[in-house]
Amino acid sequence: MKLAKKECMSSTEALDESGGAVMGASTQDSSPTAGISRRGALAASALLAGAVIPLARAEARTAASRSSSDIDGHLAVNITVNGERAAVSIDPRTSLLDLLRERLGLTGAKKGCDHGQCGACTVHVEGKRVASCLTLAAKADGTNVVTIEGLSMNGRLHPVQQAFIDHDALQCGYCTPGQIMAAVACVQEGNATSRDRIREYMSGNICRCGAYVGIVAAIEDAVVKMGRN
Amino acid sequence: MQRFSYVRPKSVEDALAAFAAAGPAARYIAGGTTLYDLMKLNVERPHAIIDVTAIQALGEVNTSGEVLRFGALATMSAVATDQTVSRDYPVLAEALWKAASQQLRNMATVGGNLLQRTRCMYFRNGASGVSTGNAYPCNKREPGSGCAAIGGLDRGQAVLGQSSACTAVSPGDWPVALMAMDASVEVQSFQGKRSLRLVDLYRLPGSTPHLEFTLKPEEIITAIIVPKSALGKRSTYHKIRDRESYAFALASAAVALELEGQLVRQARIALGGVATRPWRSVVAERSLIGRRLTPETALAAGRAAFAGAKAGRHNAYKIELGARTVADALLLASQRPA
Repeated sequence: MKLAKKECMSSTEALDESGGAVMGASTQDSSPTAGISRRGALAASALLAGAVIPLARAEARTAASRSSSDIDGHLAVNITVNGERAAVSIDPRTSLLDLLRERLGLTGAKKGCDHGQCGACTVHVEGKRVASCLTLAAKADGTNVVTIEGLSMNGRLHPVQQAFIDHDALQCGYCTPGQIMAAVACVQEGNATSRDRIREYMSGNICRCGAYVGIVAAIEDAVVKMGRN
Repeated sequence: MQRFSYVRPKSVEDALAAFAAAGPAARYIAGGTTLYDLMKLNVERPHAIIDVTAIQALGEVNTSGEVLRFGALATMSAVATDQTVSRDYPVLAEALWKAASQQLRNMATVGGNLLQRTRCMYFRNGASGVSTGNAYPCNKREPGSGCAAIGGLDRGQAVLGQSSACTAVSPGDWPVALMAMDASVEVQSFQGKRSLRLVDLYRLPGSTPHLEFTLKPEEIITAIIVPKSALGKRSTYHKIRDRESYAFALASAAVALELEGQLVRQARIALGGVATRPWRSVVAERSLIGRRLTPETALAAGRAAFAGAKAGRHNAYKIELGARTVADALLLASQRPA
């Protein structure tokens, strides 16, 4: 996120508001450049798209008409993600998930069903787990959001992240960021008190690989470790 | 998704003014778990979204007065974990707890949930302009277009309250539990505030299934009121689903009992997952008054609740399942301490 912001700023200077450079950028991303991972390319293109946001203009809008879209349909959103503030100008139709992934380059939260049914997009807003795909980004204005990218502290994995590794609580990994964000909340809510309760309170997170046994075991383990920390 | 303007007023008055300014294609949004979902499916196409969640006064929950009062914007998770609700009104807490995932309960509001729209797959997935391909007719979505569910894949459709125009199930759990507890709602418009019984909020589909609620377009639900009742403690919300958790009801029953010894003094029975609106069965309730609650009388009450039921091609199972769900719910509730 820190690196991302730097790139974002420098790109902003290079681009005009029409976003004319974005096309060129995405063409470049799709070329088979050695050493660029798919995730890296995706994040970079999101940042270039995001870079079109004129920060100053977004902030000016915010002061004038907080929380309402202007005549050409843009909406200023100020959001704190993983401790870092961001000001973006969005189309009101944008979901929080798309804002995170496509504009802020945070591709940890996944788009599974996009209808609140699978849990892959789970993030925390104001300390509570939500489905970011069904959250209008406009509603996240002024809030604190934590994603999977913000969970580790000083280079150390969060106990739930470590427990997922220790208990082999995944196979393909696509649902894992959502599972972990839901699991952290499940523990914090005090709902990880028994196997049955964990299963019930994790039922909003679907795993097609069927890693549920490992997931429940990981959460049971993490509860103990989070209690000690 | 259609473009829309977005505002977030801070008072009910400002919200009403925003609605008046935006015209009839405006919609209020609270948690958004139904509306935004249906907008993605092109089923809901508002031109203006008025986000009411910044109206702080509507989020209050007060269970210490003469009635239970839930501000319309209280989240489902907040009300489900309220101490009075979970201790004295298990039917209410369980209905919330068995609805949705914790992620959605943290977003969805108890007022918005009253207006949740059907999960009928023809209603949800048949809108034109969505990548699902051919549009299905749906009288609820496009009045007068017909109903693809009647004679179609109707395993999930209603067996009570349907019409020749619509068989879509009212999907909620919370409204069913509230119905059993005689709840009412407070609503506000430019004409001021009024109160209506929850039972009067819902319409039967008849020939106008697109009209589901009796609210005027600009009216806002501000609070839900539940009279305190000794019936609350011996109550339960019993929900039968395709999977153990996180699914809509195939059949559900909200029941509450007042017993004197083994005799039933009062009973409340409401049904979910089987009817076109939250469904109270006074006939089933009356069948129990003054009688002992046994597995036999409980099942007889369940059967009475479905006496007028009519099945389609694939949903006849709901009539038997529903009757047994009522019976099991009654027996579960009777075992709770008063």
